[in-house]
Amino acid sequence: MPTFVYMTRCDGCGHCVDICPSDIMHIDPTLRRAYNIEPNMCWECYSCVKACPMDAIDVRGYADFAPLGHSVRVKRDEEKGVIAWRIKSRNGETDLNLLAPITTKPWGTAIPQLKDEAAPTQEARDSQLLFNEPKYIRMDEGDIHTLESNGLKMKAGVYY
Amino acid sequence: MAYKTIVEDNIDILVAGAGLGGTGAAFEARYWGQDKKIVIAEKANIDRSGAVAQGLYAINCYMGTRFGENNPEDHVRYARIDLMGMVREDLLFDMARHVDSTVHQFEEWGLPIMRDPKSGAYQREGRWQIMIHGESYKPIVAEAAKKSADKVFNRICVTHLLMDDAKENRVAGAVGFNVRTGNYHVFKAKTVIVGAGGASNIFRPRSVGEGAGRVWYAPWSSGSAYGLMIQAGVKMTQMENRIVLARFKDGYGPVGAYFLHLKTYTQNAYGEEYESKWFPELQKMVGKEYLDPEVSRVVEFGLDYADGRFSLSPRIYYNLVDDYIQGTPLGAMHSQPKGSDSGEAAAPWVV
Repeated sequence: MPTFVYMTRCDGCGHCVDICPSDIMHIDPTLRRAYNIEPNMCWECYSCVKACPMDAIDVRGYADFAPLGHSVRVKRDEEKGVIAWRIKSRNGETDLNLLAPITTKPWGTAIPQLKDEAAPTQEARDSQLLFNEPKYIRMDEGDIHTLESNGLKMKAGVYY
Repeated sequence: MAYKTIVEDNIDILVAGAGLGGTGAAFEARYWGQDKKIVIAEKANIDRSGAVAQGLYAINCYMGTRFGENNPEDHVRYARIDLMGMVREDLLFDMARHVDSTVHQFEEWGLPIMRDPKSGAYQREGRWQIMIHGESYKPIVAEAAKKSADKVFNRICVTHLLMDDAKENRVAGAVGFNVRTGNYHVFKAKTVIVGAGGASNIFRPRSVGEGAGRVWYAPWSSGSAYGLMIQAGVKMTQMENRIVLARFKDGYGPVGAYFLHLKTYTQNAYGEEYESKWFPELQKMVGKEYLDPEVSRVVEFGLDYADGRFSLSPRIYYNLVDDYIQGTPLGAMHSQPKGSDSGEAAAPWVV
């Protein structure tokens, strides 16, 4: 169920080529339009469909049992932080609109720039903690779990 | 056409392969090495690469000690039994005690995690799974990596690790090529983190032709995690797992969703629920400590989703499609043509 491109909508911008994880969306050198060069390596991940500014890419069902006519369209908006899906069936019976958040914060702003964080202390470097630990393990004052804190003992080797 | 050789020198930390693991490693590395030169080399584009390219609708490993749900040792027991003892329990314990802080950071970065309206805890769909609106799971973590790395080389497929001539048994970098231009890239690095993936399509799938890409694991997974490491003489710990997934006809995943949401089970050609049938025999072979049906049974978490196997209320039905589509949009779509032809849906909960 690979992607295909509506040739009249595609303007050859190459956003799909840039994003495709499988590297199978290419620009046809003669027609200067995108196309899927290897449908059997397509995971239908929709990365190209979401990236296409012209809405020129669609995904179809397997050729052997699913004729064209249905559609799943998607709009992803980082600024609004939502993704909108529309699923239409071939006979027009189903028309589903789904809206889901993709982020709860303005895009990318809540990720810390770690270069500017306070440097880890020597004590932290010698410990078993990762960044933001132990605070973030339980979001309280609790410390990291150890065998001792959880009342466990290490049993070496294989045992039955 | 002449190919260029491009050398990137003086790297402190090279991340080879930047899926969710590699991008996360680049972020963490920046904290502990704030003045270090961190470089990422990735076969695709880090915004949408790896096995989470399309998004996920659940985080499949979360202890929830914060909500009093599980402790790390519970997960060790579960994984030990799941893999019938083929586990390094110390590594499992260590992973399990750190995973929650990672999830809490994801939420802080903006990843929408669903909450149980009554308890306020994360919405469970299984003992270890929590539900998220994860369409942008990978792009969010990729943002963190882009903020942290000095340079990101997209479309570079790392093929070999370089060994240090001066110091025995030490890696000194990696080489690879640009999958678009064919240029040869040399990375000289003090440390290399291999975040590359496993391999898919090792066994011939039943699907053929254009259906061949319809695999559970990403079709672009070329086994670099094994290829890079074994050639460099790395001891491969906990890397012996192969996963052969039972899938539904003309469908793919998320297989677990059927089991968790709809309380389904698998049966063999004789109609037997073979898993529980063989439990006693297997238990005799490996011992109760390594196989215990009581412990490995899915613990039901009061999910108000599955009110009977096939009688889903409209809201629940809507939620399922909504969850499903974030992870595998085509799962919702592929039932479309069949459903509209026959008058009933191929998968009753999906359109």
